[in-house]
Amino acid sequence: MSAHFEPITGRYLRIDLLGKPHRVYVEEAGQGIPLLCLHTASSDTRQFRGLMNDARVLEHFRVIAFDLPWHGKSSPPAGWQNADYQLTSRDYVAMILTMMDALALDRPVVMGCSIGGRMALHLALDHPERFRAIIGLQAGAHVDPYYDLSWLHRPDVHGGEVSAGIVSGLMGPRSPEAERWETLWHYMQGGPGVFKGDLYFYTVDGDIRGRLADIDTTRCPLYLLSGEYDYSCTPEDTLDAARRINGAQATIMKGLGHFPMSEDPQRFMTYLLPILDRIHGASGVA
Amino acid sequence: MVTPAHPMDQLQQRVNADARLVWRGRWVDTTFLVEAGDAAWLVQVAAGRIAAVKRGPLVMPSWSFALRAPKDAWNTFWLPNPPPGFHDLLALVKYRALRIEGNVHPFMANLLYFKGVMAAPRPRESVAGGVQ
Repeated sequence: MSAHFEPITGRYLRIDLLGKPHRVYVEEAGQGIPLLCLHTASSDTRQFRGLMNDARVLEHFRVIAFDLPWHGKSSPPAGWQNADYQLTSRDYVAMILTMMDALALDRPVVMGCSIGGRMALHLALDHPERFRAIIGLQAGAHVDPYYDLSWLHRPDVHGGEVSAGIVSGLMGPRSPEAERWETLWHYMQGGPGVFKGDLYFYTVDGDIRGRLADIDTTRCPLYLLSGEYDYSCTPEDTLDAARRINGAQATIMKGLGHFPMSEDPQRFMTYLLPILDRIHGASGVA
Repeated sequence: MVTPAHPMDQLQQRVNADARLVWRGRWVDTTFLVEAGDAAWLVQVAAGRIAAVKRGPLVMPSWSFALRAPKDAWNTFWLPNPPPGFHDLLALVKYRALRIEGNVHPFMANLLYFKGVMAAPRPRESVAGGVQ
Protein backbone atom coordinates (compact mmCIF):
# COMPACT_ATOMS: atom_id res chain seq x y z
CA MET A 1 0.00 0.00 0.00
CA SER A 2 1.37 3.38 -0.94
CA ALA A 3 1.36 5.99 1.80
CA HIS A 4 -1.43 8.49 1.51
CA PHE A 5 -3.45 10.86 3.68
CA GLU A 6 -7.13 10.21 4.22
CA PRO A 7 -9.54 13.07 3.45
CA ILE A 8 -10.16 13.56 7.19
CA THR A 9 -8.75 16.57 9.03
CA GLY A 10 -8.71 16.88 12.81
CA ARG A 11 -8.28 19.93 15.02
CA TYR A 12 -8.61 20.87 18.66
CA LEU A 13 -11.29 23.38 19.57
CA ARG A 14 -10.95 25.51 22.69
CA ILE A 15 -14.48 26.04 23.94
CA ASP A 16 -16.47 26.55 27.14
CA LEU A 17 -18.85 23.64 27.72
CA LEU A 18 -21.12 23.42 30.75
CA GLY A 19 -19.47 26.54 32.14
CA LYS A 20 -15.91 25.17 32.03
CA PRO A 21 -13.05 25.54 29.56
CA HIS A 22 -12.59 22.45 27.40
CA ARG A 23 -10.25 21.18 24.71
CA VAL A 24 -12.34 19.22 22.24
CA TYR A 25 -11.09 17.17 19.30
CA VAL A 26 -13.09 17.69 16.10
CA GLU A 27 -12.78 15.85 12.79
CA GLU A 28 -14.36 16.56 9.46
CA ALA A 29 -14.33 15.50 5.83
CA GLY A 30 -16.30 16.36 2.71
CA GLN A 31 -18.38 19.33 1.73
CA GLY A 32 -22.03 20.25 1.48
CA ILE A 33 -24.82 19.47 3.90
CA PRO A 34 -23.41 19.26 7.44
CA LEU A 35 -23.75 15.76 8.91
CA LEU A 36 -22.94 15.73 12.62
CA CYS A 37 -22.04 12.27 13.97
CA LEU A 38 -22.28 11.22 17.63
CA HIS A 39 -20.17 8.27 18.78
CA THR A 40 -21.16 5.52 21.22
CA ALA A 41 -20.45 5.33 24.94
CA SER A 42 -16.76 5.21 25.88
CA SER A 43 -15.63 5.42 22.25
CA ASP A 44 -14.74 8.28 19.90
CA THR A 45 -14.87 9.72 16.39
CA ARG A 46 -12.82 6.87 14.91
CA GLN A 47 -16.06 4.91 14.73
CA PHE A 48 -16.99 7.06 11.73
CA ARG A 49 -13.77 6.43 9.78
CA GLY A 50 -15.65 4.51 7.08
CA LEU A 51 -18.17 7.27 6.54
CA MET A 52 -15.44 9.91 6.42
CA ASN A 53 -13.53 7.96 3.79
CA ASP A 54 -16.47 7.21 1.51
CA ALA A 55 -16.45 9.39 -1.60
CA ARG A 56 -20.17 8.79 -2.11
CA VAL A 57 -20.86 10.54 1.18
CA LEU A 58 -18.21 13.25 0.94
CA GLU A 59 -19.48 14.47 -2.44
CA HIS A 60 -22.58 16.05 -0.90
CA PHE A 61 -22.02 16.01 2.85
CA ARG A 62 -19.62 17.72 5.22
CA VAL A 63 -19.21 15.00 7.85
CA ILE A 64 -18.30 16.34 11.29
CA ALA A 65 -17.65 14.40 14.47
CA PHE A 66 -16.20 15.38 17.82
CA ASP A 67 -14.97 13.37 20.77
CA LEU A 68 -17.15 14.10 23.78
CA PRO A 69 -15.15 15.47 26.73
CA TRP A 70 -13.43 12.53 28.54
CA HIS A 71 -13.43 10.53 25.26
CA GLY A 72 -10.85 9.92 22.55
CA LYS A 73 -8.55 12.93 22.24
CA SER A 74 -10.85 15.34 24.10
CA SER A 75 -9.66 15.96 27.63
CA PRO A 76 -11.81 16.00 30.72
CA PRO A 77 -12.14 19.47 32.28
CA ALA A 78 -9.55 20.63 34.83
CA GLY A 79 -10.28 19.13 38.23
CA TRP A 80 -11.68 15.91 36.77
CA GLN A 81 -9.80 13.89 39.34
CA ASN A 82 -12.04 15.19 42.11
CA ALA A 83 -15.39 13.89 40.86
CA ASP A 84 -16.97 10.91 39.13
CA TYR A 85 -17.86 11.32 35.48
CA GLN A 86 -21.57 10.96 34.86
CA LEU A 87 -23.33 11.92 31.62
CA THR A 88 -26.82 13.41 31.90
CA SER A 89 -29.39 14.20 29.23
CA ARG A 90 -29.25 17.91 30.01
CA ASP A 91 -25.45 18.13 29.76
CA TYR A 92 -25.30 15.99 26.62
CA VAL A 93 -27.87 18.15 24.79
CA ALA A 94 -26.16 21.34 25.95
CA MET A 95 -22.75 20.20 24.70
CA ILE A 96 -24.12 19.26 21.27
CA LEU A 97 -25.97 22.55 20.77
CA THR A 98 -22.97 24.57 21.99
CA MET A 99 -20.67 22.71 19.61
CA MET A 100 -23.11 23.31 16.74
CA ASP A 101 -23.16 27.03 17.48
CA ALA A 102 -19.37 27.21 17.73
CA LEU A 103 -18.95 25.36 14.43
CA ALA A 104 -21.71 27.47 12.82
CA LEU A 105 -23.57 24.37 11.67
CA ASP A 106 -26.81 25.47 9.98
CA ARG A 107 -29.52 22.85 10.48
CA PRO A 108 -27.21 19.84 10.15
CA VAL A 109 -28.28 16.27 9.82
CA VAL A 110 -27.45 14.59 13.11
CA MET A 111 -26.67 10.88 13.28
CA GLY A 112 -25.88 9.23 16.59
CA CYS A 113 -25.29 5.63 17.64
CA SER A 114 -26.24 3.92 20.92
CA ILE A 115 -26.07 6.72 23.51
CA GLY A 116 -25.88 8.95 20.43
CA GLY A 117 -28.95 7.16 19.08
CA ARG A 118 -30.82 7.81 22.29
CA MET A 119 -29.69 11.41 22.07
CA ALA A 120 -31.06 11.53 18.52
CA LEU A 121 -34.48 10.81 20.02
CA HIS A 122 -34.00 13.55 22.63
CA LEU A 123 -33.03 16.04 19.91
CA ALA A 124 -36.02 15.00 17.79
CA LEU A 125 -38.24 15.63 20.78
CA ASP A 126 -36.85 18.90 22.11
CA HIS A 127 -34.93 20.56 19.27
CA PRO A 128 -36.32 19.44 15.90
CA GLU A 129 -36.05 22.97 14.47
CA ARG A 130 -32.26 22.81 14.77
CA PHE A 131 -31.91 19.86 12.38
CA ARG A 132 -32.61 19.00 8.75
CA ALA A 133 -33.00 15.31 9.51
CA ILE A 134 -32.22 13.00 12.41
CA ILE A 135 -30.81 9.48 12.11
CA GLY A 136 -30.79 7.23 15.17
CA LEU A 137 -28.53 4.17 15.01
CA GLN A 138 -29.25 1.50 17.62
CA ALA A 139 -31.78 3.89 19.10
CA GLY A 140 -34.35 2.89 21.68
CA ALA A 141 -36.19 4.71 24.44
CA HIS A 142 -34.70 2.65 27.25
CA VAL A 143 -32.49 -0.37 27.96
CA ASP A 144 -32.90 -3.01 30.62
CA PRO A 145 -29.56 -3.46 32.43
CA TYR A 146 -28.37 -7.04 32.04
CA TYR A 147 -25.11 -6.82 33.98
CA ASP A 148 -23.80 -4.95 37.01
CA LEU A 149 -22.24 -1.72 35.74
CA SER A 150 -19.85 -1.56 38.71
CA TRP A 151 -17.65 -4.14 36.96
CA LEU A 152 -16.69 -1.45 34.46
CA HIS A 153 -14.79 0.63 36.99
CA ARG A 154 -12.92 -1.10 39.79
CA PRO A 155 -9.18 -1.44 40.28
CA ASP A 156 -9.11 -5.24 40.34
CA VAL A 157 -10.59 -5.56 36.84
CA HIS A 158 -8.90 -4.05 33.78
CA GLY A 159 -11.40 -1.45 32.57
CA GLY A 160 -10.37 -1.59 28.93
CA GLU A 161 -10.45 -5.37 28.71
CA VAL A 162 -13.78 -5.76 30.48
CA SER A 163 -15.34 -2.99 28.37
CA ALA A 164 -14.23 -4.77 25.20
CA GLY A 165 -15.59 -8.02 26.62
CA ILE A 166 -18.93 -6.40 27.35
CA VAL A 167 -19.37 -5.10 23.79
CA SER A 168 -17.65 -7.84 21.73
CA GLY A 169 -20.80 -9.90 21.26
CA LEU A 170 -22.88 -6.87 20.32
CA MET A 171 -21.39 -6.96 16.82
CA GLY A 172 -22.51 -9.15 13.97
CA PRO A 173 -20.39 -12.34 13.93
CA ARG A 174 -19.90 -11.98 10.16
CA SER A 175 -18.70 -8.38 10.30
CA PRO A 176 -15.08 -8.20 9.10
CA GLU A 177 -12.63 -9.35 11.75
CA ALA A 178 -10.29 -6.36 11.38
CA GLU A 179 -13.15 -3.86 11.77
CA ARG A 180 -14.55 -5.70 14.79
CA TRP A 181 -11.20 -5.69 16.56
CA GLU A 182 -10.62 -2.03 15.61
CA THR A 183 -13.95 -1.28 17.27
CA LEU A 184 -12.88 -3.20 20.37
CA TRP A 185 -9.55 -1.37 20.50
CA HIS A 186 -11.40 1.93 20.86
CA TYR A 187 -13.21 0.42 23.86
CA MET A 188 -9.98 -0.85 25.33
CA GLN A 189 -8.69 2.74 25.24
CA GLY A 190 -11.56 4.30 27.15
CA GLY A 191 -10.66 6.20 30.32
CA PRO A 192 -11.39 4.78 33.78
CA GLY A 193 -15.09 5.03 34.58
CA VAL A 194 -16.05 6.74 31.34
CA PHE A 195 -18.08 3.81 29.95
CA LYS A 196 -19.91 3.51 33.26
CA GLY A 197 -20.50 7.27 33.37
CA ASP A 198 -21.95 7.27 29.85
CA LEU A 199 -24.23 4.38 30.73
CA TYR A 200 -25.80 6.49 33.47
CA PHE A 201 -27.38 8.44 30.62
CA TYR A 202 -28.16 5.25 28.69
CA THR A 203 -29.73 3.24 31.52
CA VAL A 204 -31.12 5.83 33.92
CA ASP A 205 -31.18 9.54 33.11
CA GLY A 206 -31.90 9.33 29.39
CA ASP A 207 -34.99 7.13 29.62
CA ILE A 208 -37.65 8.77 27.44
CA ARG A 209 -40.21 5.98 27.19
CA GLY A 210 -42.99 8.27 28.34
CA ARG A 211 -42.29 11.05 25.84
CA LEU A 212 -41.76 9.29 22.51
CA ALA A 213 -45.26 10.00 21.22
CA ASP A 214 -44.56 13.74 21.48
CA ILE A 215 -41.89 13.58 18.76
CA ASP A 216 -43.24 15.42 15.72
CA THR A 217 -41.62 14.07 12.57
CA THR A 218 -43.35 16.69 10.43
CA ARG A 219 -40.92 19.20 11.99
CA CYS A 220 -37.88 17.01 11.30
CA PRO A 221 -37.71 13.62 9.57
CA LEU A 222 -36.56 10.76 11.81
CA TYR A 223 -34.85 7.62 10.53
CA LEU A 224 -33.99 4.65 12.75
CA LEU A 225 -31.48 1.96 11.73
CA SER A 226 -30.65 -0.96 14.02
CA GLY A 227 -28.52 -4.07 13.59
CA GLU A 228 -30.14 -7.45 14.17
CA TYR A 229 -27.39 -8.83 16.46
CA ASP A 230 -27.61 -5.99 18.99
CA TYR A 231 -28.83 -7.24 22.35
CA SER A 232 -28.20 -3.89 24.09
CA CYS A 233 -30.61 -1.83 22.02
CA THR A 234 -32.48 -4.72 20.45
CA PRO A 235 -34.32 -4.63 17.12
CA GLU A 236 -37.50 -4.95 19.19
CA ASP A 237 -36.53 -1.80 21.15
CA THR A 238 -36.12 0.18 17.93
CA LEU A 239 -39.30 -1.16 16.35
CA ASP A 240 -41.19 -0.39 19.55
CA ALA A 241 -39.92 3.20 19.44
CA ALA A 242 -40.91 3.48 15.79
CA ARG A 243 -44.42 2.30 16.58
CA ARG A 244 -44.78 5.04 19.17
CA ILE A 245 -43.44 7.84 16.96
CA ASN A 246 -45.79 8.83 14.16
CA GLY A 247 -43.84 9.05 10.91
CA ALA A 248 -40.58 7.48 12.14
CA GLN A 249 -39.01 5.19 9.56
CA ALA A 250 -37.25 2.14 11.03
CA THR A 251 -35.14 -0.49 9.30
CA ILE A 252 -33.48 -3.54 10.88
CA MET A 253 -30.05 -4.10 9.31
CA LYS A 254 -29.21 -7.72 8.51
CA GLY A 255 -25.89 -9.05 9.71
CA LEU A 256 -25.01 -5.95 11.71
CA GLY A 257 -24.91 -5.28 15.43
CA HIS A 258 -24.52 -2.37 17.82
CA PHE A 259 -21.72 -0.52 15.95
CA PRO A 260 -22.83 -0.60 12.31
CA MET A 261 -20.68 2.29 11.05
CA SER A 262 -17.55 0.83 12.68
CA GLU A 263 -17.96 -2.96 12.62
CA ASP A 264 -18.83 -3.16 8.90
CA PRO A 265 -18.78 0.24 7.18
CA GLN A 266 -19.41 -1.21 3.72
CA ARG A 267 -22.53 -3.12 4.71
CA PHE A 268 -23.75 -0.15 6.74
CA MET A 269 -23.47 2.08 3.67
CA THR A 270 -26.04 -0.02 1.83
CA TYR A 271 -28.55 1.10 4.45
CA LEU A 272 -27.35 4.66 5.01
CA LEU A 273 -26.79 5.88 1.44
CA PRO A 274 -30.47 5.69 0.39
CA ILE A 275 -31.36 7.83 3.42
CA LEU A 276 -28.61 10.35 2.64
CA ASP A 277 -29.82 10.47 -0.97
CA ARG A 278 -33.32 11.33 0.22
CA ILE A 279 -32.01 14.03 2.54
CA HIS A 280 -29.84 15.44 -0.21
CA GLY A 281 -32.72 15.41 -2.67
CA ALA A 282 -35.07 17.08 -0.20
CA SER A 283 -32.52 19.78 0.54
CA GLY A 284 -32.54 20.95 -3.07
CA VAL A 285 -28.76 21.18 -3.07
CA ALA A 286 -27.15 20.70 -6.46
CA MET B 1 -23.66 -46.02 14.97
CA VAL B 2 -21.43 -43.52 16.72
CA THR B 3 -23.09 -40.96 18.98
CA PRO B 4 -21.85 -37.46 18.16
CA ALA B 5 -19.64 -36.05 20.88
CA HIS B 6 -21.20 -33.48 23.16
CA PRO B 7 -19.71 -29.99 22.65
CA MET B 8 -18.46 -30.02 26.24
CA ASP B 9 -16.46 -33.16 25.41
CA GLN B 10 -14.48 -31.08 22.91
CA LEU B 11 -13.89 -28.08 25.12
CA GLN B 12 -10.53 -29.12 26.55
CA GLN B 13 -8.89 -30.04 23.25
CA ARG B 14 -10.26 -27.01 21.39
CA VAL B 15 -9.19 -24.48 24.00
CA ASN B 16 -5.74 -25.98 24.59
CA ALA B 17 -5.10 -26.06 20.83
CA ASP B 18 -5.73 -22.31 20.59
CA ALA B 19 -2.48 -20.75 21.79
CA ARG B 20 -3.80 -17.19 21.66
CA LEU B 21 -6.87 -18.08 23.70
CA VAL B 22 -4.71 -19.84 26.30
CA TRP B 23 -2.52 -16.72 26.38
CA ARG B 24 -5.60 -14.55 26.94
CA GLY B 25 -6.39 -16.65 30.03
CA ARG B 26 -2.80 -16.87 31.30
CA TRP B 27 -3.78 -15.44 34.70
CA VAL B 28 -6.82 -17.68 35.16
CA ASP B 29 -6.64 -20.43 37.76
CA THR B 30 -10.14 -21.47 38.75
CA THR B 31 -12.82 -24.12 38.48
CA PHE B 32 -16.24 -23.28 37.10
CA LEU B 33 -19.48 -25.16 36.63
CA VAL B 34 -21.46 -25.48 33.42
CA GLU B 35 -25.05 -26.65 33.62
CA ALA B 36 -27.21 -27.53 30.62
CA GLY B 37 -30.58 -28.49 31.99
CA ASP B 38 -29.94 -31.39 34.37
CA ALA B 39 -26.46 -32.14 32.98
CA ALA B 40 -23.38 -30.61 34.58
CA TRP B 41 -19.65 -30.29 33.97
CA LEU B 42 -16.88 -29.03 36.21
CA VAL B 43 -14.17 -27.24 34.22
CA GLN B 44 -10.75 -26.78 35.81
CA VAL B 45 -8.54 -24.02 34.38
CA ALA B 46 -4.81 -23.69 35.10
CA ALA B 47 -2.96 -20.70 33.63
CA GLY B 48 -5.45 -20.53 30.77
CA ARG B 49 -5.22 -24.21 29.86
CA ILE B 50 -8.15 -26.51 30.51
CA ALA B 51 -6.67 -28.98 32.98
CA ALA B 52 -9.78 -31.16 33.25
CA VAL B 53 -13.45 -31.35 32.34
CA LYS B 54 -15.40 -33.62 34.65
CA ARG B 55 -18.91 -34.61 33.64
CA GLY B 56 -21.60 -35.03 36.31
CA PRO B 57 -23.23 -36.29 38.31
CA LEU B 58 -21.03 -34.33 40.67
CA VAL B 59 -20.75 -35.01 44.39
CA MET B 60 -20.16 -31.88 46.47
CA PRO B 61 -18.62 -29.89 43.59
CA SER B 62 -16.55 -26.83 44.48
CA TRP B 63 -16.47 -23.99 41.96
CA SER B 64 -15.98 -20.22 41.71
CA PHE B 65 -18.84 -19.44 39.34
CA ALA B 66 -21.56 -21.30 37.50
CA LEU B 67 -22.98 -20.85 33.99
CA ARG B 68 -26.53 -22.25 34.01
CA ALA B 69 -28.80 -22.37 30.96
CA PRO B 70 -31.42 -24.71 29.54
CA LYS B 71 -30.06 -27.48 27.32
CA ASP B 72 -31.73 -26.04 24.21
CA ALA B 73 -30.14 -22.62 24.77
CA TRP B 74 -26.64 -24.15 24.93
CA ASN B 75 -27.31 -26.31 21.88
CA THR B 76 -28.35 -23.23 19.90
CA PHE B 77 -25.31 -21.31 21.23
CA TRP B 78 -23.05 -24.11 19.92
CA LEU B 79 -24.54 -24.14 16.40
CA PRO B 80 -22.03 -23.25 13.67
CA ASN B 81 -23.83 -19.96 13.04
CA PRO B 82 -26.10 -19.25 16.00
CA PRO B 83 -28.98 -16.83 15.41
CA PRO B 84 -29.07 -13.38 17.05
CA GLY B 85 -29.63 -13.71 20.78
CA PHE B 86 -27.78 -17.04 20.98
CA HIS B 87 -24.45 -15.95 19.51
CA ASP B 88 -22.78 -14.69 22.71
CA LEU B 89 -22.80 -15.48 26.44
CA LEU B 90 -24.02 -12.01 27.37
CA ALA B 91 -26.75 -12.24 24.72
CA LEU B 92 -27.97 -15.35 26.54
CA VAL B 93 -27.85 -13.36 29.79
CA LYS B 94 -29.74 -10.43 28.27
CA TYR B 95 -32.54 -12.71 27.06
CA ARG B 96 -32.68 -14.46 30.46
CA ALA B 97 -31.50 -17.84 29.12
CA LEU B 98 -28.17 -17.90 30.99
CA ARG B 99 -27.62 -17.26 34.69
CA ILE B 100 -24.09 -16.49 35.88
CA GLU B 101 -23.81 -17.12 39.61
CA GLY B 102 -21.25 -17.34 42.38
CA ASN B 103 -17.99 -15.41 42.55
CA VAL B 104 -18.14 -13.82 39.11
CA HIS B 105 -14.91 -11.85 39.54
CA PRO B 106 -12.74 -14.28 37.53
CA PHE B 107 -15.41 -14.39 34.83
CA MET B 108 -15.70 -10.59 34.49
CA ALA B 109 -11.95 -9.96 34.85
CA ASN B 110 -11.34 -12.39 31.95
CA LEU B 111 -14.53 -11.88 29.97
CA LEU B 112 -13.07 -12.20 26.47
CA TYR B 113 -11.27 -15.38 27.57
CA PHE B 114 -14.36 -17.10 28.97
CA LYS B 115 -16.43 -16.07 25.94
CA GLY B 116 -13.77 -17.72 23.82
CA VAL B 117 -13.67 -20.85 25.98
CA MET B 118 -17.40 -21.46 25.82
CA ALA B 119 -17.53 -20.74 22.08
CA ALA B 120 -14.56 -23.04 21.38
CA PRO B 121 -16.65 -26.22 20.84
CA ARG B 122 -18.53 -24.65 17.93
CA PRO B 123 -18.00 -26.58 14.69
CA ARG B 124 -15.01 -25.52 12.64
CA GLU B 125 -17.02 -23.79 9.91
CA SER B 126 -18.38 -21.41 12.53
CA VAL B 127 -17.88 -17.70 11.90
CA ALA B 128 -19.14 -16.72 15.34
CA GLY B 129 -16.18 -17.87 17.39
CA GLY B 130 -13.68 -15.23 16.36
CA VAL B 131 -14.12 -12.17 18.47
CA GLN B 132 -15.76 -13.67 21.48
